[in-house]
Amino acid sequence: MQSITVSAHPSVQYLLRIGDTCLILAQRLAEWCGHAPIVEEDIALTNMALDLVGQARAVLTRAGQLEGELGGTPHDEDQLAFLRDERDFRNCTLVELPRGDFAATMLRNLAVAIFLELLWQRLERSSDAELAAIAGKAVKEARYHREHAADWVVRLGDGTEESAARLKAALELLWPYFAEIFEADAVDAEADASRLGPRWADLRDDWRARFAAVLAPAGLSLPAERAFRSTGKMGRHSEHLGYVLAEMQHLQRSFPGGVW
Amino acid sequence: MVDAAFGTPLATPPLRLAGSSRIEHAWAVLATVLDPEVPVVSVVDLGIVRDVREEGDALVVIVTPTYSGCPATEVIEASIGAALDGAGLGPTRVRMQRAPAWTSDWISDAAKAKLHGYGIVPPERVDIAHGAPLRFVPRALAPLACPRCDSNDTERLAAFGATACKALWRCRACGEPFEHFKTI
Repeated sequence: MQSITVSAHPSVQYLLRIGDTCLILAQRLAEWCGHAPIVEEDIALTNMALDLVGQARAVLTRAGQLEGELGGTPHDEDQLAFLRDERDFRNCTLVELPRGDFAATMLRNLAVAIFLELLWQRLERSSDAELAAIAGKAVKEARYHREHAADWVVRLGDGTEESAARLKAALELLWPYFAEIFEADAVDAEADASRLGPRWADLRDDWRARFAAVLAPAGLSLPAERAFRSTGKMGRHSEHLGYVLAEMQHLQRSFPGGVW
Repeated sequence: MVDAAFGTPLATPPLRLAGSSRIEHAWAVLATVLDPEVPVVSVVDLGIVRDVREEGDALVVIVTPTYSGCPATEVIEASIGAALDGAGLGPTRVRMQRAPAWTSDWISDAAKAKLHGYGIVPPERVDIAHGAPLRFVPRALAPLACPRCDSNDTERLAAFGATACKALWRCRACGEPFEHFKTI
């Protein structure tokens, strides 16, 4: 099945960054189905995946409509999810990394939920009425996800030697990838100018304060900044995204238009 | 409509409702459309039907989803259309409206009583549940009264439950698990 080409307009790109970050994290969380350490967490992780898929569907739908409004070819949510190639995905590299152990999953969920809660709060005032409406719903879900992840991060960090060591290792592994979220570029500047949404760089200080506030009772603190920058939201991904897409897109690529 | 015995049109076709009587009738029909996952409360009870109006020939039902990824949304849309068409009120269109976002405060008091009777603790008022400042550490949740034995000796087992809208609790007094309709 032929891949689609998506508009390079900064507003479309901004929406894809949000939708794709939700979509790819949902894929990673769904991998836990049947594998979580206890059944309650199996259910929790898949419930959160479902919320994120719902948010992704809404944002990708809006992105595809906007392509049409800007004079290009419109696309629907399914075309955007299933018929784009890896380099056209705009999720942060962080969410495509393998799920790791339960500690790594919880730490990543915490980082993303704090970020998304801050982002959705600001997007409730977006100049785009549809995006503002999506944010009004999603912000409540992100808050609930953040509480869930914060509880676990503290519990693991303040738990046994084994759980604390796992959480510490997760922070060392994932920390270099958090910085990308807040890297400023032209897409962000344009979104800010058109009042579509905030520059993600402007959320950095709040994010750091909130993340550090959970790490402290978990016995951890924010590591030092590193020079490394991942570049997923510019479309240059790690070696891991291709495998996620191969699984996610296989049916639509092999049986175009197939439905349940 | 055709009379089966004689193959001739019936003398009195069913009265075609229009205007306010059609809308009133539609609300009555919607009050019988149950949530597929909590089949004791209707879509009106849950507060997800925001408006019913006529646009040209069509009856338009405005629905606000509870959760972004609620898998029941499509079933609910289909059941609403089928119920109204079945009552002869069609053609019907169901339109999704995201803003303002659904809140559990829109669940009617009567519906909260029905939830309780079904073994699901209804949501608290949002301003009470979220009035507290941001919390980052595990916290003591205010205990819920068990819907079966009324004991307050209960604990939350999981923040998430069998559907997007519920969390799982258990009662230490009677030993039964129960669900809490999440307050959002």
